[in-house]
Amino acid sequence: MTQVAVIDLGTGNLRSVAKAVEHVCGKSSRVRITRDCSQIDQADKIVLPGQGAIGSWLSALSDADLNTALHKALKTKPVLGICVGMQALFEYNQEDGGHECLGLFKGTVIRFENGRIAEDGSVMKVPQMGWNQVKISQSHPLWQGIADNSWFYFLHSYYACETNSAEVFAQTEYGIPYASAVAKDNIFAIQCHPEKSHHVGLKLFENFINWNI
Amino acid sequence: MPLAKRIIPCLDVDNGRVVKGVKFVDIRDAGDPVEVARRYDLEGADEITFLDITASHEQRDTILHVVEKVASEIFIPLTVGGGIRQIDDISRLLNAGADKVAINTSAVKNPDFIKQASDKLGSQCIVVALDARKSGNTPSGYEIYTHGGRHETGLDAVKWAQQMAAYGAGELLVTSMDRDGTKDGFELELTSAIADAVSIPVIASGGVGNLQHLVEGITLGKADAVLAASIFHFGEYTIKQAKKFMVNQGIEMRM
Repeated sequence: MTQVAVIDLGTGNLRSVAKAVEHVCGKSSRVRITRDCSQIDQADKIVLPGQGAIGSWLSALSDADLNTALHKALKTKPVLGICVGMQALFEYNQEDGGHECLGLFKGTVIRFENGRIAEDGSVMKVPQMGWNQVKISQSHPLWQGIADNSWFYFLHSYYACETNSAEVFAQTEYGIPYASAVAKDNIFAIQCHPEKSHHVGLKLFENFINWNI
Repeated sequence: MPLAKRIIPCLDVDNGRVVKGVKFVDIRDAGDPVEVARRYDLEGADEITFLDITASHEQRDTILHVVEKVASEIFIPLTVGGGIRQIDDISRLLNAGADKVAINTSAVKNPDFIKQASDKLGSQCIVVALDARKSGNTPSGYEIYTHGGRHETGLDAVKWAQQMAAYGAGELLVTSMDRDGTKDGFELELTSAIADAVSIPVIASGGVGNLQHLVEGITLGKADAVLAASIFHFGEYTIKQAKKFMVNQGIEMRM
């Protein structure tokens, strides 16, 4: 039985993420929302969700044991980062005066510029809230069965820039093109909310559950 | 590429059951919010909104069970409004699986509530629902009402919208009480005046009678999303038909 740990750092709609994972894996997996180190150690797969401010997300890692358990998992197990759970994997985040992040991917997370005008004359509002397209730039097991330019649900004010194109697996345009998915070794991270992205989001979770590294 | 515009079907829920009548042909129990939500999800709804109109405070928790059930099988954003008075009410709904809550009367009674809620839980989950009527009492010509359009407040609708955006609302649900239920189309001047005045998404609501009205809500009303109830509930149009129609009019939609 596959054990999936949805890491609880106290931010975001963890239940929706857990329900989506449960929905795709049925009875063959056990999904736990947890910050318990032994459960993280036992898990086969790690989902790293997050919503809201990066500061409170990172401050949960001041718990040394949790920090150690998470870093160990990030080195060894398949990990799916979502939204702030993706942003935290870059080097630096400018939110609230700036935060050093985990530095697993090259890039800095900055805020969308207010009031940028799109090609069609519409104003790009911040946060980006709604359905946008994901343009796949490199193939990956997690994209299996997901069409290029599929619509996913996005909800965020900050995005990753100065990324390494070798690590970028999808781009999305919101006034500017930016990295909406990155991956390296055992880690895949995505800016949108697959748990709110209907069939295509569920497909991504299914691919994650079937992903063997 | 701009974001896709959204279609949001809205369901009134009283004590755990859908009211105002929903008459789909192929649905077993039109009063079950889970079944109705499932149907809209299949048709391609971009979000679903539940408005809890349960009058008695003791029965308020029934909506939590509905939200839990819907959230465990429907994977699109879910907004719940009605009867939200304190931060705890919001936390409970979010924990049950709602993504956003819509707040109306409590915001008018205590605007700081929106500040506190967005500080604590993030703007992304706070929708301020504002009900407006045409009025000679306010500069914009629209005034905020509460209690389903019965109580006037003296607040100017556009100024109120700006204040709520400044206080941390993540989105505004703008309902014209003059148009609600008329099927005459959205109050386009109201939604466009508010959309021009704020930099957060605006949902147009009240008055949809046909698919052209949905298009106008976006093109003339400048809304980011359109909310409708009866045209979908009675099977007049499916959401898929509505989206196709809107795409043919040049509107970006998730198909």
